[in-house]
Amino acid sequence: MRRTIILALVLLAAPLSAQAPAPPTAVPAKLEVPYRLFTLANGLTVILHQDRSVPIVAVNIWYHVGSANEHRGRTGFAHLFEHLMFEGSKNVKEGEFDNLLEAAGGNNNGSTTNDRTNYVIDVPSNALELALYLESDRMGYLLDAMSPERVNGQRDVVKNERRQSYENRPYGMAEIELDQLLWPENHPYSWPTIGSMEDLTAASYEDVVAFFKKYYAPNNASLVIAGDIDLDRTQALVHKWFDEVPRGKPVEPVAPPAALLTTVTRKTMTDDQARLPRVYLAWITPRMFAPGDAALDVVSSVLAGGKNSRLYKRLVYDTQMAQDVSAFQQSGALGSEFTIVATARPGKSVTDIQKVIDEEMDRLRKEPPQPREVERAVNQIEANFYRGMERVGGFEGKANQLNAYYTAGGGPDYFAEDLARYTSLSPSDVQAAAIGWLPADRRVELIVEPEAQK
Amino acid sequence: MMARGEMARRSLLPLTVVVACVVSLAAQQRPDRSKPPALGPAPSLHLPAIQKRTLSNGLPVWVMEAHKVPLAQVNLVVMAGSGDDPSGKFGVANLTAAMLDEGAGSRSSLEIADAIDYLGADLTTASNSDASAVRLNVPVARLRDALPIMADVALRPTFPQQDLERLRQERLTALLQARNDPSALAPLAFARVLYGTMHRYGTGQQGTETTLKAFTRQDLVAFHDAMYQPSSAMLIVVGDITADGVMPLLEQQFGSWKATTPSRRTLVPRAPQPPQTEITIVDVPMAEQSQIRVGLVGVARSTPDYFPLQVLNTILGGSFTSRLNQNLREQHGYTYGASSRFDMRLSPGPFLAGAGVQTDKTAESLTEFFKELNGILAPIDAQELSRAKNYVALGLPAEFETIADLAAHLEELAIYTLPGDYFQTYVSNIQAVTAAAVQKAAATYIQPKKLAVVVVGDRKVIEPRIRALNLGPIRFMTVDQVLGS
Repeated sequence: MRRTIILALVLLAAPLSAQAPAPPTAVPAKLEVPYRLFTLANGLTVILHQDRSVPIVAVNIWYHVGSANEHRGRTGFAHLFEHLMFEGSKNVKEGEFDNLLEAAGGNNNGSTTNDRTNYVIDVPSNALELALYLESDRMGYLLDAMSPERVNGQRDVVKNERRQSYENRPYGMAEIELDQLLWPENHPYSWPTIGSMEDLTAASYEDVVAFFKKYYAPNNASLVIAGDIDLDRTQALVHKWFDEVPRGKPVEPVAPPAALLTTVTRKTMTDDQARLPRVYLAWITPRMFAPGDAALDVVSSVLAGGKNSRLYKRLVYDTQMAQDVSAFQQSGALGSEFTIVATARPGKSVTDIQKVIDEEMDRLRKEPPQPREVERAVNQIEANFYRGMERVGGFEGKANQLNAYYTAGGGPDYFAEDLARYTSLSPSDVQAAAIGWLPADRRVELIVEPEAQK
Repeated sequence: MMARGEMARRSLLPLTVVVACVVSLAAQQRPDRSKPPALGPAPSLHLPAIQKRTLSNGLPVWVMEAHKVPLAQVNLVVMAGSGDDPSGKFGVANLTAAMLDEGAGSRSSLEIADAIDYLGADLTTASNSDASAVRLNVPVARLRDALPIMADVALRPTFPQQDLERLRQERLTALLQARNDPSALAPLAFARVLYGTMHRYGTGQQGTETTLKAFTRQDLVAFHDAMYQPSSAMLIVVGDITADGVMPLLEQQFGSWKATTPSRRTLVPRAPQPPQTEITIVDVPMAEQSQIRVGLVGVARSTPDYFPLQVLNTILGGSFTSRLNQNLREQHGYTYGASSRFDMRLSPGPFLAGAGVQTDKTAESLTEFFKELNGILAPIDAQELSRAKNYVALGLPAEFETIADLAAHLEELAIYTLPGDYFQTYVSNIQAVTAAAVQKAAATYIQPKKLAVVVVGDRKVIEPRIRALNLGPIRFMTVDQVLGS
């Protein structure tokens, strides 16, 4: 599924005129996000982008560590660690991180995926230096304030996060099960980012110390500052607050075992919170930005994006065998996962639903989609690029996307190139992705049955 | 592409070119970390003007130019929502709005979706207690192509029988799915306990199984004919357009919309407060967490105490550093997050505090909720007050980044008839709130002896210890009572 982002160019947007008839597909072709990139002596990469439309600044830092850097026995640790980054550092007392930012009218958050951990601070532009002070203090001096008690406190919070997101949510446990079935046991994508309850219990203060020293060094991070900023002043402020943080040892890249499905893996599980049967079909697919990744986004749209998509129309609209159907490509640095999910209407069978899905997958493998199906998908993707240009902060603003592109190995301003991955696709490219990456005989089939109702 | 396996801290939750390596101050002395850097003066937000125009049929149009991104947002707002549902037809406003794009003008449901998707547009129809809306977000170059479809959807829906049956089954199935889901049941149970079955606010926007099964096509046609009128509607346009440029397009699509009979709306009556604190348990066997909701009847959006209440709620449960979140999450670790809010509508909606808490700490969590709901009645510390006011006031600019955000704020002005300079004076109105005003608001609106308490969880585990707290009488509600008529 695409959640991409775009930049807005003040210059190419001609105000609408009542006279000039608009061509049917005339969206400005150029996306550009100017930036300044520099590297500190300690290895911290810094990217600045100015956008003065609203007086706010986004400070967005990525540490290049995620649950893929964990090992069995300590799953969930990268995310637990993320929580600890908000609990204070040498010069910032417990609770003060949030107190100071809220008192300045700011917001902050963090998130962890398989591949990275990010932290966002969005503040009115007068509080930029406060944000840099806080961000640099926890990069340089977190351990001075760490204690086993703080680890215990966030351990309880994270266990409740897991209960809320998985144990106590219909089909929540199926998502964890699906990754276990799809990836080899020693592949880091086989365990959930949230971790297992046992591993969360086992995580120790000593683990925190070792993890920080190994992964939270400036040379393993990239910092983006975007919004209402003066570039030179901001660059000087970054030097002031981050130069003194010492460089760490280089981080070894994750070396995952080969992940290749050779057969069909089937499993049926029960869920006491689900009322209706559900089927998941999943495949291992090309990693983020690799050939096939963009085409699979379009495959997901052709299959299940909108009422006219093939699976939605047949399963939900016409036959009404299903309550819902979705398809999405979840892209990762080490590999991706393409998933189709459908929930049966009461009295309908997931076996019949799966038959329809297979018929439609066969059709897509046998003949390319209609040009209009592909154009419809790409036009929506293109419009979403522009929508992504509206915000600087949060998890979906420009600051985060600049960091994502930089991390993936392109230039930070990879917006136009990213969009071109989609606009250049032909119907036969989409067909080829379905043939090459979504075979019927190498995939996971997971069925969730409700527990018998009283 | 969607990122794999994302977990956020909170819910509410190569080849690089070195362009510049200018200022290297690495050798300078270390920065002073003994205190946080001082903040300069806070920037102020300069909103573009609202240009107020009118179509030839009297339909008001508010235009705000925002030229950052080549997109346009057009919202048609109709002053009719589920608060206008007739007795016995709870859910008709919501279903009417949901059916608007299932067939309109000469197009079928599928044809509308195909045309809109092909334009890269986003067309949504929605309804809440107070209003309904059709909202279009589209690349500005395709506005001309999308507007006629939007106008058909808003003004000329055909309500095809077969699409009505499909949506009806979809909604009945969603109600079935909610039956085992504590986080879906909790808000419905709380509304039911606080407002009862007869009051409109006591039933979800979509209605009940009974009303959903009974709706006819004629019900929707009648609601649309009566309530969707140019005399009780308006257009909001924000984006990369000019007022002069967009008005002819709007006139062409909406200018001939004529009123038939004038629509009248009656406000939902104010509901009485609970006479005493009472606990209601909804049993979901084996639930790993209990969903707690605690509250009472709050205030209407027109309350003169709006600004003190914003500050009060920020302190109590409206921010990460709020007392409820600090206590239940940071101090005790019972939950991933606790919060509170005043749900302000045309008539008094609920004030409610809530959290999902681990099952074996349900009683302890209730104790802490009551501690904080009592504690908020005491005088507020000056620093805490100042932090809350700044958080609300200085955070305002971040709410105006996208054209959809801007349009949503203009809708708020229109639906609740707020003053034209509302956002310009918002910061000073918040900063003017005194400790005494917050304390008075707390005393007026938080009444710890008259709280409705709802707990959705595993009854056999949680009931004995809740009973031992002696908070008030305990009663039980079945899932049928939560969802039924």
